Amino acid sequence: MDILANLALGFSIALSPYTLMLAVIGCFLGTIIGALPGLGPSNGVAILIPLTFALGLDATSALVLMTAVYYGAMYGGRISSILLNIPGDEPALMTTLDGYPMAKAGRAGDALVLSGVASFVGAFLATLGLIFLAPLLARVAFLFGPAEYFALYLLAFCTLGGMASNNQAKAAIASCIGLAIAMIGVDNSSGLPRLTGGNLHLYDGVDFLVAIVGLFAITEVFFFIESHGKHSSLGVKLEKVSIPWKEIIECRWVMLRSSVVGFIAGVLPGAGASLGSFLAYMSEKSIAGEKGGFGTGVAKGIAAPEAGNNAAAGGALVPMLTLGVPGSGTTAVLLALLMTLNITPGPTLFTENPDVVWGLIASLLIANFVLLVMNVPMVKIFVRVLQVPAWVLMPGVTMISFVGIYSLTGSYFDLLLMVGFGVLGYIMRKLDIPTVPVILGILLGGHMETALRRAMLLSDGDWIYLFSSPIAIGLWLAAVSGFIAPMFLRRFLKKPQRITD
Amino acid sequence: MQSDRIFGLVATVLALTYIVSANQTQISFLTDPVGPKGFPILIGIIWAISAMFMVLRPDPQPDWPGLRTFAALAFAVLILIGYAYALKPLGFVLPTAVAAGVLSYQISPNPKHAVLTGIGLSGVLFVIFKYALGLGLVAIPRWLLG
Repeated sequence: MDILANLALGFSIALSPYTLMLAVIGCFLGTIIGALPGLGPSNGVAILIPLTFALGLDATSALVLMTAVYYGAMYGGRISSILLNIPGDEPALMTTLDGYPMAKAGRAGDALVLSGVASFVGAFLATLGLIFLAPLLARVAFLFGPAEYFALYLLAFCTLGGMASNNQAKAAIASCIGLAIAMIGVDNSSGLPRLTGGNLHLYDGVDFLVAIVGLFAITEVFFFIESHGKHSSLGVKLEKVSIPWKEIIECRWVMLRSSVVGFIAGVLPGAGASLGSFLAYMSEKSIAGEKGGFGTGVAKGIAAPEAGNNAAAGGALVPMLTLGVPGSGTTAVLLALLMTLNITPGPTLFTENPDVVWGLIASLLIANFVLLVMNVPMVKIFVRVLQVPAWVLMPGVTMISFVGIYSLTGSYFDLLLMVGFGVLGYIMRKLDIPTVPVILGILLGGHMETALRRAMLLSDGDWIYLFSSPIAIGLWLAAVSGFIAPMFLRRFLKKPQRITD
Repeated sequence: MQSDRIFGLVATVLALTYIVSANQTQISFLTDPVGPKGFPILIGIIWAISAMFMVLRPDPQPDWPGLRTFAALAFAVLILIGYAYALKPLGFVLPTAVAAGVLSYQISPNPKHAVLTGIGLSGVLFVIFKYALGLGLVAIPRWLLG
């Protein structure tokens, strides 16, 4: 079968000792990065991108390393959620609801192992889904013309704004800011500068890495300065870690159902791991009913969101790899990574660079196994790492960010831009304006404009061409409903609030 | 209320500036129907509309930090800007030590910790970046060594 042959190809690349070593290092590094509050998958991967570039790794090795870091960071976020009640990233919010009570009841070790196993199941099933779904979707993607791509990008922006924020206008502003920044630079068709204000440094446009690192890492430093690092320190002690076999077997159907829900949620462009964990938790809660005891530290309450968000993270890779449209903030960073490596995702990725794609999929499977095996014995080490005080960690993160960006271009202007993005990110987060659309705008702005202009060129300026094919109409409808629907559904989909001691 | 309204107003002004500036883009003789002006102006219009929305329907006021913390944040921004300018002429070690030390002091006001962090981070990071990762960083430039 075609798939088996491709998998064999992928494994032959991924199982070399060098790539295996990279996967293990990546998982370890990623778990630490994800566990530390203030970092997180997006930040960690973003900060490491310039450094991987500097290391001079080839495309497949860099991809293996970074996806191992990504998966590791997703797992690491659970450690701080369960032990500190601080979600390492947004999807981890659901895990705090049952994880922290379980830890306070003295079963922190069980909670950690349970979340590890559930994450493994979710990610494994999602990778299987990816293997079967992605080639199918890649074939459909050949039917996509510029009008369809424009509608698809629009869908991504509309749903991202809809799910991520409480206020549609703010999400729209964030997307517009991102798209507007993407327009700065030299125009592709005419070769003439646009919106640069005569500043030579802006002729190259604004690099998305500068924006990502500025908006995520530098903003975090400002928040730490404001709160003076006054997060509650380790409130839960970790006893001996044993594997709760009984509860794992009890939760098997929960994990399966949540994985399916999460995978579907992840495949939708714009919706990501947070939606996956949220939907999984709510659906399991309603299935279990009152007797389920969700929210008091039940095993199912941890298994459901964990399987859900890891499945969603895997599912988010599907639109990213086949269509080049990231499904969430973290996949946006992965897209940035691929673009740095000069790999353009899209339907051609499967035909022209099959070794990259299948090597990536094989390394995802390997990273899953490595994480599962590493996590149980090494939990104590990770907890020790959490004790690093904020006043060493945050300056370190800042300096690493600066050096990373500086190593890319050697220009002080990019560093200034990064600080500017940091200030912008601080203001935006204070005002509850989501920052992920800005990143998405900078990443996709050029492509979106190219799609629009090509469509108009093909139709000689006729706007109806944008709605000509059934796929395009369907995407437009989905985009509009994705933008408007949350305004009405907000009453039903109220997010449960975090437990505060 | 106020913050959202102020931000909305500033955003509207910026959007209008953006549209005007996009209008002034040079067009070459070969162009497509949309042209280099089209998309930016479209974005600018949507930007202005959303910003007006924010002015008309603001969210409740977030809790801004007090004056002292604002001053600390502003100082941190200045330090980082200074760091960006100082990296080329002054090498890596000195500016990093100063910047890391100041940031550390602002997070946790303990001078001893701050100095140790500054010097420690500067040294460790330099070793990692130069020797483990092979980046081309200059420790102390020649003119400082005399």
